[in-house]
Amino acid sequence: MVELQILLPAILNGLTTGAVYALIALGLTLIYGVLHIINFAHGSLLMLAMYAVFFLHAGLGIDPYLALPVVVPGFFALGYLLQRGVIARASHGRDENILLVTLGVSIVIENLARYFWRSDTRTIETPYSFETVDLGVAFIAVPKVVAFAGALLVTLALWWVMSRTDLGRAIRALAKERQGARLVGIDVDHIFAMSFGIGTACVAAAACLLLPSFYVSPGVGHTFVLIAFTVVVLGGMGSFAGALIGGLIIGVTESLCGLYLGESLGQIGIFLIFIAILLFRPTGLLGHRA
Amino acid sequence: MSEVKRKKSISRRAFVAAAGGAALASGMAGFPSIVRAQRGPVRVGILHPVTGPLAFSGNQARAGAMMAIETINEIGGIRSMGGAKLEPVLGDAQSKPDVGAAEVERMNEAGVSAIVGPFASGIALATTQAAAKHNIAHIVDVGVVDQVVTRGLANTFRFGPGLSKIVDTAIENLVAINDGAGKPARTVMIVHEESAFGTGMSKVLNEKLPGRGFQIIETISHANPTRDFNNIVLKIRAQRPDIVIPSNYYDEFVLFSRTMAQQKVRPKAIYAILGGAASSQRFVKEFPDAAQYIMDCNHWYDPRNPVAQELRKKVEAKGLYFTYELFLNHECVRLLAEALERAGTGDRAAVIQALASSGFANHFMPYGPTRFVNGQNQGAAPVNTQVQNREIQLIFPKEFASAKPVFPMPAA
Repeated sequence: MVELQILLPAILNGLTTGAVYALIALGLTLIYGVLHIINFAHGSLLMLAMYAVFFLHAGLGIDPYLALPVVVPGFFALGYLLQRGVIARASHGRDENILLVTLGVSIVIENLARYFWRSDTRTIETPYSFETVDLGVAFIAVPKVVAFAGALLVTLALWWVMSRTDLGRAIRALAKERQGARLVGIDVDHIFAMSFGIGTACVAAAACLLLPSFYVSPGVGHTFVLIAFTVVVLGGMGSFAGALIGGLIIGVTESLCGLYLGESLGQIGIFLIFIAILLFRPTGLLGHRA
Repeated sequence: MSEVKRKKSISRRAFVAAAGGAALASGMAGFPSIVRAQRGPVRVGILHPVTGPLAFSGNQARAGAMMAIETINEIGGIRSMGGAKLEPVLGDAQSKPDVGAAEVERMNEAGVSAIVGPFASGIALATTQAAAKHNIAHIVDVGVVDQVVTRGLANTFRFGPGLSKIVDTAIENLVAINDGAGKPARTVMIVHEESAFGTGMSKVLNEKLPGRGFQIIETISHANPTRDFNNIVLKIRAQRPDIVIPSNYYDEFVLFSRTMAQQKVRPKAIYAILGGAASSQRFVKEFPDAAQYIMDCNHWYDPRNPVAQELRKKVEAKGLYFTYELFLNHECVRLLAEALERAGTGDRAAVIQALASSGFANHFMPYGPTRFVNGQNQGAAPVNTQVQNREIQLIFPKEFASAKPVFPMPAA
């Protein structure tokens, strides 16, 4: 097979990209699962986190991966405060309001970024940006391998939190039955904000993993968030394993379609899958009927 | 109830009257402002994509134009107009043709005498047309596609070379370099961005390269922005062309050449034509490994010219990079100033006439005196550069060359 030497690297590349899509989708699906809201600010928060990583590197010389322990808790706190201080207050508990508030937040964040940081793209250079791992069949860039491993680890950690801790149980209880959770003494507002915080921490982790191989600009969130929405729907709204599998499928699809249909048409495959899922399995791969 | 209705109708009438009055007032205010513009400073539209995907180039271009305006004003403005200063009216095309055209309308309202810009070909097609409607002279700084000057617009003047000229020169030089090395290269792959500039380029290359002994294996287009060049580079690796010809804007060029280095794909030459980054000091400084030995046929200044050398020092002292966007715009503004000097007025028709008869020789591009035929400066031509050990060297034509070409690329 002459094609094999292109096909395998393309699939591997797709998997590494897909893992990052999954990580971003994870935050989205968590927030959806618990709060039942579509978080339109997700992409803007990703962009904000990427700028945080960028400036930590440019200003203080902190490596993007070493920035994880700073950026992730920072964005967890930001997400927590954003939910408690802005979204919960402005929405008065109505879902359709939450939707609009997150949309508003995203517009504000994005335009502030344009105002303060201009809209040109910026990249950072690390010693390993150029390094590749020779897998025999393909050279995969080191940042992509790290991103792949990192995304899997975060997914695993999140799964552990959700299934083994009190916080996870409270979040799941809230997702299933809001009134019931309140009756057994769960602090609903706190758990809502915790969920939003964790969702935001996920994009912060994604930002740290992305920046060594990707650029940042005020519009960079759009690049990912539309795909993340697709991943969430494909995997099943609110399902973590679904988000991971969905992300990997989308990554590989995008890569293969780019290879065979041309770069400009590469995303067609994603949306064909999206439409097929909606037609034949509207709850997504691992979703449950509401 | 009836009173409320009455009140409403009165207020509506009052509103219409007020709005009409305001419209009238603003219309009247607009008229004398144009008259005033002719007596006071000369307003010049400086229009570039300073935000959006082309922001880096747009900001470089604007910086070049602004530095020229500053210098001209410092040394006494336009003498034939009593030392009138140039007053920039800044515009942002946001990397979109329609926004560029809208900015021209705004500049028309502001009473500009001429417009310099707008870097990208796609935007230039829109802005030159919009400017033609108001008879505003439009000096095109880069905007290389041939149609910019072939649509019969009398207001449009392109200082730099057009695409056909650039591609012809690039092919001539490529043949010469290949022949000089004993013809090691036969096959070519083209990677281009999909807007007017890259598509036009690949079309011309596909027409002309086969006639010069090169076989084109594949032509690949990509969007702006492109996030990942891995697939394209994989295809290149599978097909093993001797020469890869990329034609794209800055960000994509950087990502593409980095991916080439990353995937260890080393053809005999990466021969860019108007490669967005291959002739950029920024690229060479930030990614010296990826940039090494890349050749480019592009806009470049005459390195021996003292004005250019001095400007380069000034630009670098400001922390900016001395890129073609910057120096071309600098020289376009000087071209305009020279035309204004001869016209002796900011009147739009007179400026167009002065540009049409321009013989501006005092610039630092390797062009000779300007001579516009149907809006195209006839002497304009690109040169070949190559990145050699963190320096951009001029390798063609020989009379300006600062180094010899390194071809084929040595193995890593």
